[in-house]
Amino acid sequence: MGTVIQGHVGIGSSVSGEALVALDNFSARYDLDRIKGIFSRPSHKLHGESYVGKVLVLNAAKGGVATAWMLREMASRDMAPLALLLNYANPIIAQGAAFAEFPLVDRFETDITCAIQTGDQVYVDPATGAVTIDRDAA
Amino acid sequence: MKLNEHEQAILAGNMGPARQRAMAQQIEIGRFFDAEDMVEVAQAHIMADTESLGEAGVRFLEDLADMPLDQCKVCIPTITDPRGADFNAYQRINHDPVYVELERRADQAFRALGILMTDTCINYQTMMPPVLGEHLAMGDTGVVIYSNSVQGARTNYEGGPSALAAALTGRTPRFGFHLDERRRGTACFDVTHQPATWTEWGALGGLIGRAMASYYEVPVINGIHGPAPTSDDLKHFGAALASYGSTALFHMVGVTPEAPDLQTVFDGPAPDPTKICKADFEGFLAGYGAADDALDVVVFAAPQLSLLEMERCAYLLKDRQVHRDVALLIATNPENKHASDRMGLTQTIEDAGAVVLEGVCFYQMHARELGEANNWTRLMTNSAKLTNIIGGYGYEPVLANMERCIDSAVAGRIV
Repeated sequence: MGTVIQGHVGIGSSVSGEALVALDNFSARYDLDRIKGIFSRPSHKLHGESYVGKVLVLNAAKGGVATAWMLREMASRDMAPLALLLNYANPIIAQGAAFAEFPLVDRFETDITCAIQTGDQVYVDPATGAVTIDRDAA
Repeated sequence: MKLNEHEQAILAGNMGPARQRAMAQQIEIGRFFDAEDMVEVAQAHIMADTESLGEAGVRFLEDLADMPLDQCKVCIPTITDPRGADFNAYQRINHDPVYVELERRADQAFRALGILMTDTCINYQTMMPPVLGEHLAMGDTGVVIYSNSVQGARTNYEGGPSALAAALTGRTPRFGFHLDERRRGTACFDVTHQPATWTEWGALGGLIGRAMASYYEVPVINGIHGPAPTSDDLKHFGAALASYGSTALFHMVGVTPEAPDLQTVFDGPAPDPTKICKADFEGFLAGYGAADDALDVVVFAAPQLSLLEMERCAYLLKDRQVHRDVALLIATNPENKHASDRMGLTQTIEDAGAVVLEGVCFYQMHARELGEANNWTRLMTNSAKLTNIIGGYGYEPVLANMERCIDSAVAGRIV
């Protein structure tokens, strides 16, 4: 059993994977090179990092509305993150997750970007909003 | 969520699988945001440029459009945000025909759904302005913040799939800015420097946007004196605030309809204000300076230009010539393009060597690939919103007012 952090009930199916964490914000249009699958915004702390297949853990949804289409488009090319955990989602991220059937959880009992470290193995259960960190497995 | 009889019938599939799927998706979003019920909306506005859609999104729209009309036609007036290609001008800017073809397919699918191809992010300046208290499903952050704040309408950010769902069901989950309690001020800003240009209005939006922690923050701006801001001033301010902050509503004391004074807009005493002075503006603009005077492309867009901005461009470009090593692009909506054609503004602008693009916006038309096709890296603009977006596409943005941007385009270097 690992550490369980409770968030608000989310969207999508449960998944398990490796975390990629930063206290930065998130917008698929502003921050990503979606063809290469890396963060491309020069000022983003994850600049140059690949997000494909990772449980992305970031602070808040920022930017425009394009992410609502982009999550599904990235998933169609197998170039999407595995899941998204945020302190605060916005409607765009939620709408994109619902459209793409993509795992999303937000509004945790603690700052999720501090609770999880890059490289942690995490289990995300959107149906309950619970995220389990299994450090021994890392 | 509580659903009325009509909504239950949609969810049961009585009006076809497309509306059923749309309603199920809306309920999932409603649950995520603890919405108690649905609210009927008067209009939907869909952002669906082909860069965002990709092949997967275009196929989704085509599959929808292949259904019987009674199952897929939108049930409320539905309009579109800027598209991903200008069918008349794409060759002039080396826009890859592959993307243009994708855009044609999306355009045809939208038309088959009964959607009005307005192709604009300034619908509030050109057609059917929203009114106080009107519930909407608006799909562009700049449109949302202007409709909510300046016009007192009620909408959340509705991304493309969500605005399309609203168009198919005629409603949206009632949460966020549809609710009275979410429209109250949460933070206060005291502005001691009056913005003088559209760029400075954008800078003010960027400064406040950077301070916003989440979508639910509602900044209240105090200290705006002198002549009332114009629609274009508030357009640049709101677009930048929404872009930097993911902010959907602001109140400007003495300017916007829900903020006649500070007391009215807060529950209880106003919080201590954050001061924004001239040095803050200067610092913001300095953050988008350049190490040298190299220049590749000047862009006026994000948001699309109003007719008055088009007139200003024409005035500044009259009897001048854009340097042969620099491109100058101007994006407006079809209504303003046609008006500019009729009034001679387009001819003045294009005689100077600039390109007027219609129904598109620069960052929504494969900006990365456009940059690679034209060797554009250093980009100059008067739009704070564009500077926030375009860095991720491989550009080096420089922010300056329209006059300096045009002087630089003519000189072929940043002046």
